[in-house]
Amino acid sequence: MNQNNHSYKSSHPVLQVSSVSKSYGKRKALDEITMQINASEFVALLGPNGAGKTTLFQLLTGLFVADNGSIIIQDFDIRHHAVRALAGIGIVFQQATLDLDLTIGANLRLHTNLHGINKKESQNRIHKELERLDLIARINDTVRSLSGGNKRKVELARALLHQPGLLLMDEASIGLDPASRQSLVNYVRELCSDRNVAVLWATHLVDEVEHADKVVVLNHGKLLADTTPEQLINQTDTAGIHEAFLKLTNNKQENREISA
Amino acid sequence: MKLGHAIMALQAICGREINKFVRQRGRLFSALVRPALWLFVFAVGFQNVLGISIMEPYDTYIVYQVYIVPGLLGIILLFNGMQSSLAMVYDREMGLMRLLLTSPLPRWYLLLMKLIAGTVLSVIQAYAFLILCAIFQIELPWSGWFYALPALILGAMMLGAIGLALSVYIKQLENFAGTMNFVIFPMFFVSSALYPLWKLEDAGADILHLLAMYNPFTHVVQLIRFAFYGQFNSTSFGVVTFCLIVFFSLAVWGYDPQRGMTLRKGKPG
Ligand SMILES: Nc1ncnc2c1ncn2[C@@H]1O[C@H](COP(=O)(O)OP(=O)(O)O)[C@@H](O)[C@H]1O
Ligand SMILES: [Mg+2]
Repeated sequence: MNQNNHSYKSSHPVLQVSSVSKSYGKRKALDEITMQINASEFVALLGPNGAGKTTLFQLLTGLFVADNGSIIIQDFDIRHHAVRALAGIGIVFQQATLDLDLTIGANLRLHTNLHGINKKESQNRIHKELERLDLIARINDTVRSLSGGNKRKVELARALLHQPGLLLMDEASIGLDPASRQSLVNYVRELCSDRNVAVLWATHLVDEVEHADKVVVLNHGKLLADTTPEQLINQTDTAGIHEAFLKLTNNKQENREISA
Repeated sequence: MKLGHAIMALQAICGREINKFVRQRGRLFSALVRPALWLFVFAVGFQNVLGISIMEPYDTYIVYQVYIVPGLLGIILLFNGMQSSLAMVYDREMGLMRLLLTSPLPRWYLLLMKLIAGTVLSVIQAYAFLILCAIFQIELPWSGWFYALPALILGAMMLGAIGLALSVYIKQLENFAGTMNFVIFPMFFVSSALYPLWKLEDAGADILHLLAMYNPFTHVVQLIRFAFYGQFNSTSFGVVTFCLIVFFSLAVWGYDPQRGMTLRKGKPG
């Protein structure tokens, strides 16, 4: 469980979120969120349903614009340089975005075309990603014929094709059986060290965050903690991460901020 | 945005739309059934009621069936334009639109690609209908097949742009019956598609006449009608081009995330 060697690398930030807020009408979905992710860090965004995780992802990907605050992705402000910021992030949405009637290959080629990757390079990369994920034999199968776990893997492959420095995964493990869930987490965890990709992994499942470099806890749009899993346990004076999370989210009235 | 990137993306989006169209076999069929019913049932029945005298761009008396072909081409473009924009709403919910909107391409270009892809499908359907007309020996000049192409493209783009703009602003569009009642039918009936506008004037229906004259759909139909006989209707060209620019700008404005309109109708999460 101890992954401290990964934490707090003094490397360059790939994502800087500063005082970001977002309301839907009167409901405040995000309230003054500030956080940072450094290169090749695995950061877990932990929060119960309705905490604001997806809203944060929609701001990070430029689908919505924050009411205030700034979001800088690899030196590009999403508000003013959306195209360049988007070129540097890979996204796996909470809701699947694959065309079920197209083959795996066709889905992936649509993506490389949208990213302007030439044909030869595109073929190379698609093969490599699918090989790593053990899906190369199924490249000509329609996505509809895949299991839930494999569909997720295809989405992950797609998010990596343009070699982003930051990977955003919004509840990517939802609906998967425990084994597929674990293998997906491990795979993404390895990406960080092998390929120098930073990951923001949103989840409401506590067991997925134990091996994270950092845990960011979100509840009712407020950031309750931004620290290592160990520190989180220490500072909440609890026995484990489950308990720490429960304690934090139940104490929302106090709204204590815990930082490393 | 590099040119090579832009072209590659455009090809991919058009390819996907055509692929989807081919997969939904029923779609071409139903796209043709509607105008075919008008042509072979309605027009035949009204043949003797509605005689068309010599008028521009015709230099001879024509049968009613010949008169309504440009209008029916128009309705094909209108229908497909609306359907493509409905697909925008649907895609947004299904997430494919998200994929587009988070691609590293400017918003206006993403919408333009959608518009062009829809236009390609519209034009394909229009020519499929012309083939049907030829099979049933509706007397249309062969040269018109060629001259009509630019008019069909421009008309399809303008009607597609109306659809795009509507997909931002009107919730009603989520149900196709609503679109039929409040957009497609009024545009179709209050236009020069089924009868020449002077008939409205003669009948003293001044308001209808005025509405029809300012209906952009009328000008799509007139542009096609004139083009079919090798003539250029500059008024209609002006109106259609103007409307294309206005509605496309409205769509771009509406899809700007600063407006917060995107995904408004999507379910959270
Ligand atoms: N498009 C929307 N319109 C209105 N309210 C929304 C919208 N999207 C999310 N919300 C609300 O914002 C809050 C945060 O939602 P969300 O970001 O989806 O949370 P999470 O992804 O953590 O489950 C919830 O209360 C949700 O109901
Ligand atoms: Mg969510």
